[in-house]
Parts: sequence; structure tokens; C-alpha cells
Amino acid sequence: MSDNTMTAAVNDSDQKAPLEFLVKGEHHPQNGTLLGFWLYLMSDCLIFACLFATYGVLGRSYAGGPTGMELFDLNLIAINTSLLLVSSITYGFAMLQMQANRVKGTMFWLAVTGLLGAGFLGLELYEFHHLIHVGAGPQTSGFWTAFFALVGTHGLHVFFGIVWLVTLLFQLKKHGLIPENKRRVFCLSMFWHFLDVVWVGVFTYVYLMGVLP
Amino acid sequence: MQIAKFLRGVVLTLLAAALLTGCDTVVMSPSGDIAMQQRDLLVWATILMLLVIVPVIVLTLWFAWRYRETNEDATYAPEWTHSTVLELVIWSVPLLIIIALGAMTWVGTHKLDPYRPLDRIDAQTPVPADLEPLTVEVVALDWKWLFIYPEQGIATVNELAAPVDHPIRFKITASTMMNSFFIPALAGQIYAMAGMETKLHGVINEPGVYKGFSANYSGAGYSHMKFDFHGLSEADFDAWVAKVKASDLSLDRDTYLELEVPSAKVPVMLYADVDPTLYHGILNRCVAPGTVCMEDMMYHSGMGQHGGHHGEAEAGHEGQDHHEGSHASHGEHGGHHD
Amino acid sequence: MFESLDLTKLIFGRLTWDAIPFHDPIILATFAVVAVGGVAMLAAITRYKLWGYLWNEWFTTIDHKKIGIMYIILGLVMLLRGFADAIMMRLQQALAFGDSAGYLPPDHYDQIFTAHGVIMIFFVAMPLVTGIMNYLIPLQIGTRDVAFPFLNNFSFWMTTAGAVLMMMSLFIGEFAKTGWLAYPPLSGILQSPGVGVDYYIWSLQIAGVGTLLSGVNLLVTIVKMRAPGMSLMKMPVFTWTSLCTNVLIVAAFPVLTAVLAMLSMDRYLDTAFFTNDLGGNAMMYVNLIWIWGHPEVYILILPVFGIFSEIVATYSRKPLFGYTSMVYATVVITVLSYLVWLHHFFTMGSGASVNSFFGITTMIISIPTGAKIFNWLFTMFRGRIKFDVPMLWTVGFMVTFVIGGMTGVLLAVPPVDFVLHNSLFLIAHFHNVIIGGVLFGLFAGITYWFPKATGFKLDEFWGKISFWFWLIGFYFAFMPLYVLGLMGVTRRVSHFEDQSLQIWFQIAAFGAVLIAVGIAAFLIQLVVSFKRREALKDETGDPWDGRTLEWSTSSPPPPYNFAFTPRVHDLDAWWQMKQHGFQRPESGFIPIHMPKGTWAGIVLSGISVVVGFALIWHMWLLAGVSFVALIGTAIYHTFNYDRDYYIPAEEVERIEAERTRVLANV
Repeated sequence: MSDNTMTAAVNDSDQKAPLEFLVKGEHHPQNGTLLGFWLYLMSDCLIFACLFATYGVLGRSYAGGPTGMELFDLNLIAINTSLLLVSSITYGFAMLQMQANRVKGTMFWLAVTGLLGAGFLGLELYEFHHLIHVGAGPQTSGFWTAFFALVGTHGLHVFFGIVWLVTLLFQLKKHGLIPENKRRVFCLSMFWHFLDVVWVGVFTYVYLMGVLP
Repeated sequence: MQIAKFLRGVVLTLLAAALLTGCDTVVMSPSGDIAMQQRDLLVWATILMLLVIVPVIVLTLWFAWRYRETNEDATYAPEWTHSTVLELVIWSVPLLIIIALGAMTWVGTHKLDPYRPLDRIDAQTPVPADLEPLTVEVVALDWKWLFIYPEQGIATVNELAAPVDHPIRFKITASTMMNSFFIPALAGQIYAMAGMETKLHGVINEPGVYKGFSANYSGAGYSHMKFDFHGLSEADFDAWVAKVKASDLSLDRDTYLELEVPSAKVPVMLYADVDPTLYHGILNRCVAPGTVCMEDMMYHSGMGQHGGHHGEAEAGHEGQDHHEGSHASHGEHGGHHD
Repeated sequence: MFESLDLTKLIFGRLTWDAIPFHDPIILATFAVVAVGGVAMLAAITRYKLWGYLWNEWFTTIDHKKIGIMYIILGLVMLLRGFADAIMMRLQQALAFGDSAGYLPPDHYDQIFTAHGVIMIFFVAMPLVTGIMNYLIPLQIGTRDVAFPFLNNFSFWMTTAGAVLMMMSLFIGEFAKTGWLAYPPLSGILQSPGVGVDYYIWSLQIAGVGTLLSGVNLLVTIVKMRAPGMSLMKMPVFTWTSLCTNVLIVAAFPVLTAVLAMLSMDRYLDTAFFTNDLGGNAMMYVNLIWIWGHPEVYILILPVFGIFSEIVATYSRKPLFGYTSMVYATVVITVLSYLVWLHHFFTMGSGASVNSFFGITTMIISIPTGAKIFNWLFTMFRGRIKFDVPMLWTVGFMVTFVIGGMTGVLLAVPPVDFVLHNSLFLIAHFHNVIIGGVLFGLFAGITYWFPKATGFKLDEFWGKISFWFWLIGFYFAFMPLYVLGLMGVTRRVSHFEDQSLQIWFQIAAFGAVLIAVGIAAFLIQLVVSFKRREALKDETGDPWDGRTLEWSTSSPPPPYNFAFTPRVHDLDAWWQMKQHGFQRPESGFIPIHMPKGTWAGIVLSGISVVVGFALIWHMWLLAGVSFVALIGTAIYHTFNYDRDYYIPAEEVERIEAERTRVLANV
């Protein structure tokens, strides 16, 4: 080995002030909740990615059963989609109220968001009921299996989002806009917008492309 | 230090034992041209890798011995952590080997693609232009093998025969479970899957009786899902066909449905006669009366506009293999490789 | 009459007395041993009034160190179960030739190899790896706990819940007979109508929740909580490899969750994801499960590479050679691990171009891996190597692992894979890398950090015995399998006709016995070391003259890890501190902010076991009630805002003064 490989590991200039090896006083590392929650959302996103991929693979496996084109009711889906998109906007209002430190306003807009979400779920359940009624249940064919899995998983997320939202309303009522609650409102906001984004994917890929010839 | 020496002893003895006996095994000394080429690739890849593996093992043991704590004579460089030259070497040596191996892999994989019809019978003999391959339709049942010879109009269970130096084309499917069709002496394996067809081309160069079996676990009877593969001269093969034709059994859809019921350790059965549409029915899962064939219903509903282009449009989502897989699932429409 | 029948069905689902395997003497005897042992242990805990201590100090703890230790205990206990399965398989295959059917019917044998694989990967390797990461990461990056301490406790208990459910299958019902990845159609409801696959699904789903959350937790910990001055390129290598592993966990486990959920829908709701009929596609399952499965093996091996990097530097008394290239190699492996999954099924009939693509990406992984091996090699070069037990494991690993790597690359050549796929050659290969890599590394790591966790070192003699029996036992157990693979012998076979194979299986069985001695020696080592703990005591906190921050604190570390947060200036922070004559402060302590313990983790996971069990046995009433209870408890827990406290400055001062006193005596 030549000389230039023999580099010194410790080349701090020892003449200067001695190195300080401890943090004197209290050291608070950064709070990681938002990053952690974001990572969780990304992992959830992968579950949806699998479901989308599955839908892609099984997307034409009708096994002699009905197709999406025959049964999808775009008018219903349009109403449904607008409910969810508007709920994202109302959640935005809740965030603005929270930044202004107004508990009542935050809770009001959260409640509106929850109601819109519930409306979305109601319409989705109606759609599922109708599809199963006309003979397109999750057991009908690979296509409908993949459809119900993808749309249903999204619906399940919305349902648990609403459960969370209601819980949060109680917590806001009890403790007001303390830092913990603010963080929770923020996390739920990420969750809610994430569901919105996923829905845009579902709407485009399943419904719009599904009725295209 | 005995530790290092002992370790080296153990490794070398076992490796030597493995290699010596290894030369005698069916994978290392097969009887079919495809399996021989696969063996050659195995040997070359091993040699290529040993170029770096052996020095690493030797250096590990040598450094461990040389720089042991008690050896005061050895140089001690407590701050030495970096050498650009060495780093270049340690990244580029594996890189070069992988480039060579990668090239071998690319060429070898295409040449030995099981879907590719043979162009040679052995290293010296190309396939004569007028020689049609023998077609065998293979069905993995629970837990036995059904072989249908469409050209001869015969079928067998748990016994396979083929003339030597004659290319064989296997079309492979399964009734329910995923199995793997494997005759080590002849050629590498390929999965047998229900509702799908895979293909395998091979040629046997020496007469003899070889082992065939399922190489993919498929449930309770799997351990006994074996058959004998007979490599026969053309004359013996004709005699074998005649023997099968002399059997008083015949295979129609009803007998198939009985045969399909799971059973293990099934003895050899010979069928003098076979329903010519049976294989198509098995592949499309419509042997039982009243069932609709997959190719007639899979990809379209009653209205059915989308039948044509699903493969290209949808397969890309899940990796390219599905592209291939979906083609296979078309059943007989899927012979793109031929 | 019918009403009472329906009520029974509603409550007990398909669980009847037939589910208890009274007919099987092996299982019955095992049950007797487990029951007697369990009762004795519970009685001892009650007798010595340990319940309060266990509950307060361990079960409800959020201290990452204690959680790490509990993970390791879980992994070691499950190792015994997994190894019992292994030795039963070896025995069966050594006996079952010709007229002899062996002692296990296929029905039982098939459960054993499935359970062996599932246990060894999910409930041995994963808990051990997670446990070591949990214990070490906060110490190595100079912080007081992980980012989400409650979640950490919850993750551990969910992993344990999965293990408990898996163990229940031994005595109530059966386990899957499908192989450890449960490919459909074999795992579908038509071919596997029993509870086995359902046990498989729910134990993995429940444990998977724990793994995923623990991945998120450790990832955030490393990203957000490093000591001031510790930039990414000043992190210890183990922390780096852990970072990459946790990225892989977060990016891979959701796929497992999704694919198992689909399989359970096929089984519970008659959907058509992977069915043969109605347009299902079983190949999709194989693809998805390996998209999780291949990163999974890197999840196991990467932290272990980190462990070896720490050990080889410490015992060679040199900094790690080529730190930067080690880091880049790790990152490259992380990325590439997502591009190789198809090499697990070249034989499915993909085209030659697809197969060669995945074959070549697989081979490319061997380049950074090779670079790592060379880096360890040149760390040893011109060192002063002290051959303590961890270093023996390291050298054993380097020699063994390259053989496994070579056979792995062989299997990555598609035409070679066609003749070796699913053969015992493959079995030998992955045991070669998992035992010779992961397991050797875990034992090295446990021995290396044991004094840090307990305050005393492990006994050298029994450690060496354990190492040599493991190493030699490994070669005896698996080299014959390479040969058998070349003879065209496939895996998962419970009976053979060809008598000429028997000798190889007998050698392999002998190897398994040697490994059993290795495991016994390890257990004896624990007992002997505990008895000799005064003689083996480590009072310095730095018994090996270590380089990274975990050695700067006492052994075992105080609850708060560091009285003052360290400030990092260079790689090998503790080494640099020692070089600069660092003096421990003995005054000026301040109160330390710490998280509080919680009951929620163990309770939630306990309810999860009930939910899982009810779903497996189709006890719909219980499933519904316990699921609501699960959600309700989780919500109730969120109403608890009182989650932290301060350790008063006087308490810190007392602990630190005690340490000053101990150090003065060294």
C-alpha cells in the first residue's frame, strides 16, 4: 500500500478550542409525528398500489359476468366524487380555523367534513347494494372481486377516518386546541387528503377508464 | 492457530466431496442435449465465480491468521481506512465477473428458453428440416401425471416414452394445483398450472429409463407424484405405442373426470384411445358437462367488446411476466413462442 | 333443537373437541411438556411475587432497551420451536426410505415444514433483528428513546400476539400444509378447507402490524433524533444498515398485508383473486408475495451486515475500511432488492428476456455485497485481531457466506435455475446465507452487546463450544443437501424410494444434531454466565474498547441512556471522545424528560389474539365483539394525554454518582 493510503482519521486541529462532546442543558430532538404519519400513509399507499395492480391484472376477467361498462352509473359517481372533494375543502377550512385558534370553528368545519364523508359512504353503500342486487357481487368474477376490493378498501378507510374524526371532536371539546390535539387534527388532515387523492385515482382508473370503449 | 486450519480443512474436504460426488449426479451428467447445455452453463458460472470466491476465502483465513493479536511481527496500521486503488479493485473485480456472467446469462437464457423449438439434436447434429417434433400434452393431476399423445391418439398415466434423438414438444397444464414438470436427465423444469399452458422443448440422446416427477409441492400426495421416462429407439418407441394401443382402456371425458379425483401412488395406466378434444377441455376448464370453456368467456361478458387487446393493455401493471402469463392463459391461442 | 345447534355454532364456530389432536402422541407429549413447564413458570412467578415487577418493569415498559431485550427473548424461545421442527424433518427424511414410511405421515410432515419456515423467518429472525435494532439504534445515535415509545411497546406485543396465535395452532386444530408462502390454489379454500391456512394468515397479519409500525418508528427515530453533529455520513454503519432495513420494511410489508388480505377474502368471502375459475390469477399471488418476500431477506441480512461491520472494526482495533463505499453498497442493495423478485419463479414460463433481466439484476446485487466482504477483509488487514467469540462468528460468516452467495448467483442464471429450482440445492443455498449470514451475525451481535445490556459478559468457553458446533454442524447439515440437489432431489418430500440417497440424509441429520449441541451450548452459556456474573462483570461500560456511542454509557445504561446528550464531531464518536481524553461530567445534571409506561400495548395485542382466534374458527359473535372491543380500547387509549414525566435532577445525580464510584474502582 502506498503512503497516500495512510490517511489520519483524526485530523481535527488540536490547537483550537477543545471539542465540546456534550450538549449542556436540555436537548429536545425534533418531533417526528408528522414524518411518522406520512411514512404510514406511504405504506398505506402501497396497499392501494397492490389493489390497483390487481385491478389492472383482473380488469378484464369478466368470466362471462357483467362488465363495468354495463353497470357503472357515472352520474352517481360524479355526485359521490364531488362530496369527497368538497369535504377536502371543508377540512381545509377547519385547518384555517385551527390556525386562528378558534375551537368552535374548527369543530364546525370538521363536523361538516364528517357529514360529507358519511354522505360519500352512504352513496357508495347504495352503489354496492345495487351492483350486488343486479348480479355483480364480489364473487361474480375476477373483475368484480378486484373492483370491490379496491373501492371497498377505500370506503373502509373513509369509515375509519370518520370514526377518528368523531373521536377528535370529543377530544377537542374536552381539551381544546392543545398541541397534542393540533397535531392530531393535522394528521387526520393528511389522512383525509390522502384518501381524496386515492379516490381521484379510483375515479379515473376504475370508473372513467372503465366506461371507455 | 488451529482454528483457521481446521476450518479450511472442513470446507475443502466437504467441497471436494461435494464436487466429486456431484460429477456423478443426474444434474451434472444428464442424457439430454438441453440438460447438458444447462449443466455446462452451471459449470462455467461456477468456475467464473470461483475466480473471486477462492481468493476471498483464502485471504479471509490468511488475514485472520496473519493479523492475530499475538503476532507482533505483523504490521499494525490503526488509522488506515481508505485506499482509492483498493476500492476501485474491490468494486471492479465483482463488476467484471458479473459482466461476463451477465452476458453468458443473456445468451444462455435465450438459447435455452424452454419455449424455443430445438435447432439441434446434440452438439454435432442440427435438427433435420423434415423432422417434426413429437408432441406430448402433459397434465399434472392430483397427484399423478397424465400424458396425451395427440399424434398417436394414445394417453398414459405415470409413464412417458419418447424416441431418442427426436425433439419433443411438451404442452403442459394442470387440473388444479401448481406442479412443476421435471425430468432432470432430459431438460430443466417448468411449472404446470391450471387454466394455463406452458411449453418445454427437449431431446433425449441416450436410451434408458429416467426419473420424472413434480418439483413443486402440491399437497398430500406430492411425494409420490413420480413417473418413469423411457428413452427408446425409434423401433422400440413404435413397439411401445403399439403396446399402448393394445390396451383395453380408453380415455374419454367421463373416465377423465374419474381420473381427476385426487389420489396418490397411482400405478401406470395405458389408454389405447383418447378423446381428441380432452386436452383442450382440461386447459379451458370445461371437461365436465355443462361448463363453459374459459376461452369462450374469460375476457368478455355477454356483450363482449374487449376480447382482443387485454394482454397488451393490462399486463404491464404487474411486471412483464404477466404479459407472458396472460398469453399462456389464452390456452391454444397463446403459442407465441413457437 | 336447531336453535341450540345454531347457538353453539354462533359461539364456537367450527371449533369442536375434534380439533384437539388427542390421536397424535407427539403433539400430546409436547403439550404435556409445555403445560407442565408453563404451569411451573407461572407458579414460580406467583411464588416469588414477580407479577407486579414483570407488569410494571417489563410488560408495560416503553423503554426501548427492555423492549429490545423482550424481542430477543421472544426470538430465542421461538428458535427452540423452529429448531424442533427442523430436527423432526431431518429425522423423517433420514428414515423414510423404501418400505419405511418414517414416523410422520405426510399430513403432519407438511405442517412441520410450513411451520418451520414461518417460525424461523417471522418469529425468530425478525424479532432478533428488530430486538437488536431496538436496543441499539437510540444508543448509537445518542438519544433517549425511539420516536414513538408507546408504538414500540405495541409493536412488540403485536409480534408476540402473532407468535402466540401461531403456537396455538400446534394444540388447537392444525397449521397450514402449504409451504411457508402458501401459494394458491393449494392455499385456497377448495384445496385447504381446514383452519391451517387461516392460522397462517392471521398470525402473519397481526405480527405484520407490529413489524410495519416498528419500521416506521425506527425510521423516524434515525431520521429525526440523531445527536447534534451526527450527519448521515457520521452515523455508525449498523445504524445505516438499520435505516435501509426499515425503509425496506415500510416499503415491503404493506404488500404482504395486501396479498394476505386478498387470500383471506378468497377464503372467507369466496372472491376470485387467485382462484382457478372465474378469472382469478394465482400467478398474481406468487408475484405479489415475492415483491414482499425478496426485500424481506434483505431486511434480515442488512442489519447483520451492520453488526459484522461494528464487530470487525472493534476487534481488529481499526476503523472500518471504506466506510463510504460500505454505505453506498448498502443503499444500492436496498434499491436493487425491489428489482429481483421474479428470480423466485423463472420456471413459471416468462419469456427469455424477462428471465434474463431479473437474473442479471440479481447478479448485480452481488457486486455491492462483494464490495462489503472486501471491506471487512481490508479492515482485518493490518489490524490487531482479537479472537473473542463475536470475531469467531465473523470469520465463520465470511467464509460460509461467500459460498452461499456463489450458489445464489448460480441460481440466478435462469437455465441453471431450471434444473435446480425447488431442489435441495436451493434449500442448501438459502440456509447457507440465512444461517451462515443472518444467524451467525445475530449470535455475534448478541455476544458482542450482551455486556452492554446486562452488565456482564458471556462466558467465553461455552460461547466457543456453541460457535464450533454451529459452524461444523452447519456444514454437515447442508453440504449434503447441495449434493442431493444435484441429484435432482426436490424439497418438501416426505418419503423416498431411492436407497442410495439415504446416506446423504443421514449425514445431514447428524449435522442437525451437531447444531442442536450448539444451541444447547448457547443456553448453557447463558446459565453459566449468569452464575458467574460477578466474575464476568463489566463495570467500565466499554468492555471491548468500542468505537460507537453505546459504549460511552454504563452497562446496563440508565433509563435515560445519556445524562447529557452527546455532541458528535466525527465517525466513531466514542473513539474520538476517548482520543481527546473526554471527562465525564459529575455535576450540573438537569431533570430528564421521559415517556411513561402504558398498559395499552399488551391489552390491545391480547384482544387481537382473540379477534384472530375467533376469525380462524369462524366464531362470528366473538369476532364481532372482540373487534369492537379492540377499536374501543384503541380510542379509549387516545384519551390519555398524560404520557410523560421528568426524572428529577437529584435522581440523575444519584445514578451518575453511583457510576462515578464504580468507575473509580475499575
